[in-house]
Amino acid sequence: METLTALTLAFDVLLALLLLLTAGFALFGRNLFRAIVLYIAFGLLLALVWIRLDAPDIALAEIAIGAGLTGALLLSAWARLERSDDNQAADESSQSGQDQTRTPH
Amino acid sequence: MTRFIWHAVRLLAAFLVAGMAVGLAFTIVSLPPASPELALTVADNMTKSGVSHPVTAVLLNFRGYDTLLEMAVLLLALVGTWSLAPIQEMPPVTPVAVLDSLTRLLTPLIMLTVGYLLWAGAHAPGGAFQAGALLAALGVLLNLTGWRLPIDATQCYLRAIMAAGLIAFLLAAANGWVHGMHFFSYPHDQAHMLIQFIETFATLSIGITLFTLFLLGRTAPH
Repeated sequence: METLTALTLAFDVLLALLLLLTAGFALFGRNLFRAIVLYIAFGLLLALVWIRLDAPDIALAEIAIGAGLTGALLLSAWARLERSDDNQAADESSQSGQDQTRTPH
Repeated sequence: MTRFIWHAVRLLAAFLVAGMAVGLAFTIVSLPPASPELALTVADNMTKSGVSHPVTAVLLNFRGYDTLLEMAVLLLALVGTWSLAPIQEMPPVTPVAVLDSLTRLLTPLIMLTVGYLLWAGAHAPGGAFQAGALLAALGVLLNLTGWRLPIDATQCYLRAIMAAGLIAFLLAAANGWVHGMHFFSYPHDQAHMLIQFIETFATLSIGITLFTLFLLGRTAPH
C-alpha cells in the first residue's frame, strides 16, 4: 500500500513537472506550430490531472474542447497566417520581378 | 519608427497580461475556502433535480443560469469571428481511398458516441458540451479528410440550429412561469424531460457552432 501511494505521488509530481515544461515551451517557443502542438499536449496532460482530481466530467471537456477543438482552431488559424504570409511574399517577389524587367530600359 | 511602435505595443500587451495575472492571483487568494456544505446541499436536493449525476444537476438545474450564459458566449464568439473576416474557400481535395473509407466507417461510430455521451449525461460523466464538442470534431475530421460539408451560414435553418440550444434553454426556463413558479425552476415531474430537451438542442448548437468557428469566417453572401 505504501509503495502504491509513493508511486501515485511520483506520478503526480511527474505530471506537474511535465505540465510546467509543456506550458513553458509553448509560451516561450519561437516556432508557432511547435507552440500549438505543445499546447495540445498540455491540454491532454491537464486532462490527466483532472482525472487524478476525480473530475472525469472536466477531463472529458478538457480533451474534447481544450485540447482537441481549440488545438484544431489554433492550427487552422496558423494555416491561414502562413497562407497570408505566402501571398505577401509572392506579391513582393512579383513586384521586384517587375522592377527587374524595368531596369534595362 | 514602426519597430518602435511594435515594441511599444508588445510592452503594452505584456503590462495588460501581467495586470490580469495579478488580478486573477488576487481573486484566487481572496476566495473563501472550499465549503463542504455546498456538496451536501447538492446531495440533499439530488432527488428533485431530475437526473442522478450531480454535475449535470448543477449545470442544468441548480446553476442553469450560468450554463445559459455559456451558450450565449459561444454564440457571441461565432458572431465575433464572422464580423472579422469572410470565409476562405478551401481548395477542393480528392480524398485518398483509405481516408475515404475510414471516414465512412468512423462517421456512424462517432455519431453513436455523440448520442451515448448525450444520453449518459443524466447519470454519468458526459452531457451536452462533450457531445457537442465530439460532433464538431467529426465535422473537423470530415473537413480535413477532404469532404466539403455544405455549411452555408447565410441559410436560416443553420442559423436556427446555432441558436436552438439557447432558445430551448430559455423555453425550458420560461416553462416555470407557465406552472406558476420562478423563471428557471422546473416542475419536479418534468425536470428530467426538460433537461434532456435542453441537452439535445444544446448538443446540436454547440456542435455546429464549434465547427463553424473552425472554418474561421462568415460565408460570403451569394
